[in-house]
Amino acid sequence: MANAKLWGLTKSPWVFHVAAASCNNCDIEILDVLTPRWDVERFGIVLVGSPRHADALLVTGVLNRKSLPRVIQVYEQTPKPCLVIGVGTCTCHNHIFEPSYNVVGPYDKYIPVDVYIPGCPPKPEAIILGVVKALQRLQ
Amino acid sequence: MRRVVPIGPYHPLQEEPEFFKLIVEGEKVVDLEINLGYNHRGHEFISPTLTWDQVPFLVERICGICSDSHPYAYVLAAEDCAHTSVPPRGQYIRTIIGELERIHSHYLWVGLAGHFIGYNTVWMWVWRYREPLLDIFELIMGNRNHYAINKIGGARRDILPEDYPRIEKYLDLVEEKTKMFTHAVLDDPVIRARLEGVGILPREDAVAYGVLGPTARGSGYAIDVRKDDPYDAYDKVDWDIVVFDEGDVLAKAKVRLLECFESIKIVRECLKNMPDGPIEAKVDEIPPGEGIGRHEAPRGEVFHYVRSDGSNMPVRHKVRAPSFMNIASNVVAVKGYSIADAALVLAAVDPCYCCTERTVVFEDGKQKYSGQDLLKLSQAKTEKIRRRYRK
Repeated sequence: MANAKLWGLTKSPWVFHVAAASCNNCDIEILDVLTPRWDVERFGIVLVGSPRHADALLVTGVLNRKSLPRVIQVYEQTPKPCLVIGVGTCTCHNHIFEPSYNVVGPYDKYIPVDVYIPGCPPKPEAIILGVVKALQRLQ
Repeated sequence: MRRVVPIGPYHPLQEEPEFFKLIVEGEKVVDLEINLGYNHRGHEFISPTLTWDQVPFLVERICGICSDSHPYAYVLAAEDCAHTSVPPRGQYIRTIIGELERIHSHYLWVGLAGHFIGYNTVWMWVWRYREPLLDIFELIMGNRNHYAINKIGGARRDILPEDYPRIEKYLDLVEEKTKMFTHAVLDDPVIRARLEGVGILPREDAVAYGVLGPTARGSGYAIDVRKDDPYDAYDKVDWDIVVFDEGDVLAKAKVRLLECFESIKIVRECLKNMPDGPIEAKVDEIPPGEGIGRHEAPRGEVFHYVRSDGSNMPVRHKVRAPSFMNIASNVVAVKGYSIADAALVLAAVDPCYCCTERTVVFEDGKQKYSGQDLLKLSQAKTEKIRRRYRK
């Protein structure tokens, strides 16, 4: 059963996009990889509307006090095994927002992150490469 | 009977976390509650911990879509404080990037509006022609989104004369495609049926709520900082404000699409008349005092206020983004329309929540500071700063 799940996951990962407290840029770039120039739907990567349908979570932005419980809830709702892909430098550490009173990140204190994609924002090529690397890790 | 339909905070239609409570009677929306603050990162708090030249990199990250507008307004404020004049070439470069950003932002909205009404063809199409523009940004500034072109005293990077033809080639493409979209979007009976007469914001409400940018101009309220208080190269080029009186979503779409033509006109003229010379003036230090900067972002006027005590860091930095006004006007615009229209109407102001997030502190289930407390705190702080100046 686990193998079947893994097979489904690596063949066409459905992704759900979670923006914690991002500046919108990584989010726009994630939407960008779905549009005709990059078009990742060719590879079966689809953006879905619910974490319950998702195989992978694309998290963007720093974590703040208000978004933290929501992000954890979304992670808990995602069926396991699932991948968590951190898009952007904000997910790697707290980026330029480190001194802020409202920022509680980074992510790996709360949820396991499989792949980090640095960049502010990462280029679409980098996002695609990150997803591919995450899938290779599973195989 | 009244029921509540929640939208958000993580909703498939929205890129950003925000929470709307639609209060509905049957299909009809009768009231709206807006709950923000998921995106609050405390820029105004971080800004005084950075030096004057580091702050543009911080304010750029307020919003990724208008990542030229915030540093632009900030450098205008700092220059106002330092009484610096920017060399003409620097002014022209900043204007060009500001207008290219407007095109990219309006394209983005048109695409997303198509997505919101379930017409993904429009989305894919428009975003496809947004890509060459991001290539131009990468060519000039080395990054697709956070450009870092603004610097106190001028521009950080020069537009090389050998790059002009490529930019002009793109402008030809974008002009042709904007014409195509304008016809395709406005002549399409399905899109017209979804947009026309929906989400009407009357002019008096637009004025009362103080809405800005295309939201105001779609309601017949001709407000534009580029015309009202020209800065940089905006008074040296010839262009028009686009205003429509209807106030519905279609009018806002029309304003945005036609503004792209005006932006193309401005960029073309700037490239043609680009003066030679240095791109930046040297600013050694910011003298004590205060300054304001206003820039017409794609969504409306961005306002920055800075106060200096003569040190290498700002003492106070205040940001007001246009979405702060525009989002509040949704309460009027969405009332009386169906739930199906609500998502589109809420998106019609081109909201940018990351620009506009505020926060409220709760302790033991009770709000820690009321409006009056905050006012008192603010007055106390002003008094403290004043005392420091007197010393």
